[in-house]
Amino acid sequence: MKGNEALAEAAIRAGCRCYFGYPITPQTEIAAYMAKRMPKEGRVFLQAESEIAAINMVLGAASAGVRAMTSSSSPGISLKSEGVSYIAGSDLPCVIINVQRGGPGLGGIQPSQSDYWQATKALGHGDFQLLVYAPSSVQEMVDMVIKAFDNADKYRMPAMILADGLLGQMMEPVSFPEIQNNQTYKPWATNGHGNKRPHNIINSLFLQADQLEKLNFERFKRYEIVKEECPEAETYMTEDADIIVAAYGAVARIAKSAVHRAREMGIKAGLVRPITLWPFPSEIIKKSTENAKSILVTEMSMGQMVDDIKLAVECKIPVHFYGRTGGVVPTPDEVLNEIKKLGGAQ
Amino acid sequence: MAVVFEKPKSLIDTAMHYCPGCTHGIIHRLICEVIDEMGIEGDTIGVCPVGCSVMAYDYFACDMIEAPHGRAPAVATGVKRALPDKYVFTYQGDGDLAAIGTAETVHSATRGENIVVIFVNNTIYGMTGGQMAPTTIPGQITQTTPYGRDTKTAGFPVKICEMLSALDGVALAQRTSVDSVPHIRETKNAIRKAFDNQKNNRGFSIVEILSTCPTNWGLTPVESMERLRTECIPYFPLGVYKDITETEEKK
Repeated sequence: MKGNEALAEAAIRAGCRCYFGYPITPQTEIAAYMAKRMPKEGRVFLQAESEIAAINMVLGAASAGVRAMTSSSSPGISLKSEGVSYIAGSDLPCVIINVQRGGPGLGGIQPSQSDYWQATKALGHGDFQLLVYAPSSVQEMVDMVIKAFDNADKYRMPAMILADGLLGQMMEPVSFPEIQNNQTYKPWATNGHGNKRPHNIINSLFLQADQLEKLNFERFKRYEIVKEECPEAETYMTEDADIIVAAYGAVARIAKSAVHRAREMGIKAGLVRPITLWPFPSEIIKKSTENAKSILVTEMSMGQMVDDIKLAVECKIPVHFYGRTGGVVPTPDEVLNEIKKLGGAQ
Repeated sequence: MAVVFEKPKSLIDTAMHYCPGCTHGIIHRLICEVIDEMGIEGDTIGVCPVGCSVMAYDYFACDMIEAPHGRAPAVATGVKRALPDKYVFTYQGDGDLAAIGTAETVHSATRGENIVVIFVNNTIYGMTGGQMAPTTIPGQITQTTPYGRDTKTAGFPVKICEMLSALDGVALAQRTSVDSVPHIRETKNAIRKAFDNQKNNRGFSIVEILSTCPTNWGLTPVESMERLRTECIPYFPLGVYKDITETEEKK
């Protein structure tokens, strides 16, 4: 199954009741798939007039207490950033999929990872974070969409699947769980009080500075729990590795091939792959690189993850970078060459 | 003694932050009277805009959502699609609905989104201190049109009811005013019709209500009502621009 379609089917399996989208390459298959499937499940598919409207429809549906999702690609995600900030400020759960393409500006339509900073540091104004999952296979996209819905509800915050055009367009075998309908109990939802409870208000406006500060403090306390419970990373042949490649998403697969070949050549290489980009799996990275001599970060960007890796290893090990950008995908040979350079330098 | 006049139950009994002479209070009340009469407070979700009525969630006793600037119709769409059996209304000013939120307004209307939009048009940005609105009348002085709105550089006002009445998804587009008792009554009837349309799944209903802003117009409340009659109503003629129930009746 194609990655984009798997993302869409996974959302249906996760109990997504409302999907609001807008066409943009390379994620449009998600909207097309939802248009076909959602009405048959008695659920809502709506093509909005813009990405801005789509994210605000998500805000409305999430306020109403149902599982809601939107998807887009890089330039469209920028348009959604206002709404994402309001969603976070109103403590609403939802899932946002970004099938990244090259940027900045209109950029290109080839795969990219250059929205890392946007997703993990600043997808909108104000003090907030979103859960960010970075799948590296079609199966993982399915599993992560389900996890994203569950954790968004659990922590009352938006969750993002940060994929890329490569994963979105890739076809792989995949298995799905049964359709879930376990809608979480949401006593805060604005779904009509039925004269049975006081009225609920979904809001992000707090004109008293101390009140807004208190709410931000509370939200960040919740983030501390998320940081305890959610970080995930895969480590591969890191125990005895001299050189550890750090990569996520589709690039991690390319890096894994390079690590294999390096091992065949007698270079002790390993791989660490962040699965959650926020919360960043710093502890796992720190532990798995304890005995390494150097780290090679490789990305389809100008090195947006490098600082997080440096912080994770507390700058105790040299951190190098090799990246391609603008839609160019690095080859295993290119990554291997970089490993060899570092291997030779030891 | 017989009680002949009461605060509507769905209007929360609290002091409002609106300026003296502002007509938001009248309009809030009219909406709540309709909600009470229909007995739908428990099944209604309201969506506030950004602007003077941003804190309307403190006044309406039904469930309320505060939307980003201009996006109330998109938020309302999300709620209504998720909960089609509930009543959903937006409450928006002219800057919110006719400038930054034009796309959301036009597209929720053309989709025939089954919601009620209450559009409060006072020809100025109130909350930010009186700047030119999309509905500011030619020649009107505001903070950002200090020499009066010059149509050569600032263009012309947007006439929302006229515009939206051309769209097939619209069930009701009516412009009213709250400058006099007959007009207030007419406004309430329009709001009632809009909610009835939602009840009967007729589609998008908008009631545009010409309103005052004494503070930023630099007029007394009484003078403001006079301006509403002598300047606003002539430029934005009151009336029913579209009502599909009328055409249905004729058939």
